[in-house]
Amino acid sequence: MIDFNNHFPPMNARTHEVCGASALFFAFSLAARLGGTTIWVRESWRSEQINPSGFAQYFDPQNLLVAQAKNQTDVLAVGEESLRGKSVSLVVIELDQDISLTQGRRLQLAAQAGNTTGLCLIPDGMGSNAAQTRWRCSPIFDETGGVADSTLQNWSIIKNKSGTLTAWNVNWDAKTRRINVVSPTAQR
Amino acid sequence: MQKRVVSMWFPRLPSDRVLRVRPFETHSETPFVLTQNQQNTQRVYCLNRAAEKQGLYRGMGFSDARSYCPELQSQPANTNADSQFLHVLARWGKRYCPWVGVDGDDGLLFNVSGSTHLFGGEQGMLVDMRQRLARAQINARIGIGDTRGAAWALAHYGDDATVSDVGEIANLPIAALRVDAKTDMSLQRVGLRKISDLLTLPRASVARRFGGDVLLRLDQTLGQQPEQISPLQDAPHYGVRMTFPDPIGLYDDVMAGTARLLDRLCAKLKAQEMGARVLQLTLRRVDKGNQQVELRLAAPLRDHTRILPLFERGVHDVDAGFGIDQLRLAAVHVEPLPNEQITPSSAKPRDGLDDLITRLGNRIGLENIQRFHPADSHIPERSFQISPAAYSDASGNWVALRPRPLRLFPPETIRFTGQITSRPPMQFHWRKMFFSIARATGPERIAPEWWLPDDNWRSGLRDYWRIETRQGRRLWLFFTPQNPNWFAQGEFA
Repeated sequence: MIDFNNHFPPMNARTHEVCGASALFFAFSLAARLGGTTIWVRESWRSEQINPSGFAQYFDPQNLLVAQAKNQTDVLAVGEESLRGKSVSLVVIELDQDISLTQGRRLQLAAQAGNTTGLCLIPDGMGSNAAQTRWRCSPIFDETGGVADSTLQNWSIIKNKSGTLTAWNVNWDAKTRRINVVSPTAQR
Repeated sequence: MQKRVVSMWFPRLPSDRVLRVRPFETHSETPFVLTQNQQNTQRVYCLNRAAEKQGLYRGMGFSDARSYCPELQSQPANTNADSQFLHVLARWGKRYCPWVGVDGDDGLLFNVSGSTHLFGGEQGMLVDMRQRLARAQINARIGIGDTRGAAWALAHYGDDATVSDVGEIANLPIAALRVDAKTDMSLQRVGLRKISDLLTLPRASVARRFGGDVLLRLDQTLGQQPEQISPLQDAPHYGVRMTFPDPIGLYDDVMAGTARLLDRLCAKLKAQEMGARVLQLTLRRVDKGNQQVELRLAAPLRDHTRILPLFERGVHDVDAGFGIDQLRLAAVHVEPLPNEQITPSSAKPRDGLDDLITRLGNRIGLENIQRFHPADSHIPERSFQISPAAYSDASGNWVALRPRPLRLFPPETIRFTGQITSRPPMQFHWRKMFFSIARATGPERIAPEWWLPDDNWRSGLRDYWRIETRQGRRLWLFFTPQNPNWFAQGEFA
């Protein structure tokens, strides 16, 4: 679809939210699209971790900094500071509890002040009203392709402050290293 | 004033350094050597008196030495520590005079002109030196003379009577002139064994035959040519302070004071081409309580306009109490930061990022801002290394031979009904979700690295399968054939 390029990458100098099983893929493809350095803020106690040898095909791990904070308050503080800092192009914030409207708004203001894109990885059904857009990314089984590393998935905007809600089926084009929109006719 | 020079020679400095921290009884009669690897052989580097009595000598093969002397104790030599120890001794030597220089790697030189009377004359000073060194269990030979050469000659070749007139020196062998071994040999070959033999010869023919070096050394020893002692420089001190006539307490005042201190400190750092890595601001209150603000920087830095804003957060948290009457700023840890020519190509765009890392690091700890580095291992958890971003540069090529999951978690068992086989089950439960397999790619066998014990890999080999479920999620499952069971360990895009 043509209007995918109007929505991705999402608006700069705002914070966005993404949920769903493929949220990490969304974050890495956005980081690759924006270029520059990405800072990834997470809580240090979480045992799940991102795997650089896995995402290296989407985004160069050399450009990634990981900040390990001890609780969500520190995560938000570090996220706000990095958004304000003007020296990174994307700040990914892993959240596991609800954040209040005040906290979401503070992130939003920091993103505007620093002209940086913020992306919160949230659990399903959470999120703050201050976010500019909220995306849900879920993987789809690729019936047609027999390729070994299919990345077909459904990206839908489930909240949008300035626009409509839409959905696309996308996959990763390994040759051109970019997101491809798969036409809906390709589905059954 | 008559110039007087003391030369101190430590013939067994390396072994003394090691032995003096051991209990005395063990090393007074036990033979002990330090060994060093020279040309692919372990050789004796330094030895104590007991080992010398057994007939061992420097430079002999260590295995020979052990066969002559079975009870020989040994330790590898550490030349860096020896050199540090010598500098410690040089610092101790400043109690006798301010001009102390290091002579080679086993000697010290003191210019004691005018300070001997503080110890009751030359004899008193030498006795004091000998006593203190003996108490510290360091073998030393000390010579005193009018010139550096004379003192050196007496320390190395004289007996312990400390006369230093020309007659005394003339009786010493030629080697006491600090000529190299080859010249010494050729002088001895023509029958010149003592310095007095050399004095009687015409200078022109000596210079023609043996080069000017011999005469230069002779003149230096006799004081006809000057020779200087270069004293060790004090290590530069990166600390500045400011005392106020009246106590201050406002945030702006403290920041203004800090800015002034920072100007001075950065000028000092610039003169030495150093950059601060850790800065410590100490604020002394009128009630003598100290408040400290520590700033750990992500990169060595000496730019005061960049450092000052980084102090803001720490200074905000300071409790001024009844007021602050002294500020002290010290660069606790410094690193070399050479001057660079600024060209468009060398302008580093990372400055902003370093400052951000510093600010974040002051909140959550500098070691918690991390970076990934590739590691050479097939084990998925060890295919990368994590290190603090402040102390490592981005590096490495990321080559994935096989697709790897985006997300890794500790192995979780999956539930399914039916026999456990080496083929993945058609349907299973994971995290209370139901999945049916649409496509499975594998197996990829990964063997544990036996040289690194890892509890997670106790179950032995793993056969990894890339699973595409009909529900959409793409999981990384593995089967352990030596301990049959199925686990989930990661998730793909």
